Amino acid sequence: MKTLIPVENGNTLKALQGFLKRLLELGVVDALMLPLRTPFGTVTPGVVTDPDWLGEADPLAPVLPSNGATLAGKLSAREPRAKVGVVLRACELRALVELTKMQQASLADLVLIAVDCAGTYSVPGYQRSASVQNTVVSGQLSAVSLYADAASKPDAPDPNLRAACKICEQPVFDGAQIAIELLGVDPAQEIRVTIADELGAKLDLSETAVPSGRATVVEKLVAARTAARDAEFAAIRARLEGPEGVPGVFAACIRCHNCMEVCPICYCKQCVFKSAIFDHEPMQFIGWAKQKGAYRLPSDTMLFHLTRMNHMALSCVGCGMCTEACPAELPVGLVFRAVNQRLDATFEYVPGRSVDEPLPLVTFKADEWSDVGE
Amino acid sequence: MTDTNFEPKIIAFLCNWCTYTGADLAGTSRLQYPPNVRIIRLMCSGAVDPIYVLKADLAGADGILIGGCHPGDCHYQEGNYKARRRVVAMKEILKNAGFDEDRVWLRWISASEGARFADTIREMTAAMKEKGPNPMKTMWAV
Repeated sequence: MKTLIPVENGNTLKALQGFLKRLLELGVVDALMLPLRTPFGTVTPGVVTDPDWLGEADPLAPVLPSNGATLAGKLSAREPRAKVGVVLRACELRALVELTKMQQASLADLVLIAVDCAGTYSVPGYQRSASVQNTVVSGQLSAVSLYADAASKPDAPDPNLRAACKICEQPVFDGAQIAIELLGVDPAQEIRVTIADELGAKLDLSETAVPSGRATVVEKLVAARTAARDAEFAAIRARLEGPEGVPGVFAACIRCHNCMEVCPICYCKQCVFKSAIFDHEPMQFIGWAKQKGAYRLPSDTMLFHLTRMNHMALSCVGCGMCTEACPAELPVGLVFRAVNQRLDATFEYVPGRSVDEPLPLVTFKADEWSDVGE
Repeated sequence: MTDTNFEPKIIAFLCNWCTYTGADLAGTSRLQYPPNVRIIRLMCSGAVDPIYVLKADLAGADGILIGGCHPGDCHYQEGNYKARRRVVAMKEILKNAGFDEDRVWLRWISASEGARFADTIREMTAAMKEKGPNPMKTMWAV
């Protein structure tokens, strides 16, 4: 059903907090996982069981300190578990669908609550912004203005938005039990909600006429972001397919492995590159140096990136956590998205589209690529 | 310019039941083929982890061959089907990462196809000789 949450005094955040509070109060969920404002003014994901603490919730804060899919996985992967409502952005939900297919999360006891996303700032960028230095109300106003900008000037986004967000053509997620729809409405007046009928009934909500502008706004935003994406892809491909290649683009990599750590899809409990396999003997380095004349240390840097591509590029959802985490400011997310686009075209696969769509490397057909190998 | 003295080094990951046995047959049949290949035996082409192929490529191997049973004949039923998808993905990644994906070949060679194995090595040696040395041989900053 579609319905509206009225907003009083232009306080969108308070209206949203009130709606989420009812999920806990009525026992629809045992807990909520969502962004919370710390006493220090920062925003971090957290899990809440006491409805009174939702006064600290801020799902509108335009910052994504980590991809919540990994955290939702921790709350759901094994039993016993509780019924948890997870308030996530589109890229996080797509990653969660992928993690479910990788046995690292379960959707059985999760209530997915999708929030339309108009983009986020980097963690330090958000900290520096005036909205944090002022009050929580100002903070949510900056989020509300991002939604307004996404509607009115989709091809002129705030330059301070994260690079990944500026090229994200999937700002909304279909397939959540509850969708908080802020694109195409005036969030200062009302929040549009699409909610599964049984859940809506539990919350005493009823079908209401909703403003119809959302589809057009989303379509225009997607078109603008797609154009921006294609320009970025062309630029990075010129580097990857030119004299630089991966060795050039990743030349400044310092092997901190942040990209791997923050990636929601990289789920291996122990990355092979941190295992004994890469604990080389001293003479191995000497041998490799003799082979080529010189040898980069730490060893196997390009192997790390190419292996990571072979392991997870098919499921990359473009959240850009990798780029944010890279101390060498490498365009990690852009490279992986560009490779992912071609890979997914080969396998006709879309990460996050459906939990019933098997991972391409976990399935096969007897009669496909029949020319390969002959 | 291709150095006519350049002899390509081919690393071959061969499945135990089909291709490795086929290579053995080429040997017992005393079939002549170029000595450019270095064979590594695995139990199944499906056990070829992309990391082995990537490591060989980055170390400067001029050609990398993955040999397995023909589709439908895998000793473990499905290993080669998974290998096929894995190789398709790996080659697409190599191409998009600026590497020559045509240095990686997947070939189905059965235990009775000693001649096919010899022909494949002959074909690959000639093809890699034509391409020239893998630039990764002198690329130390990888």
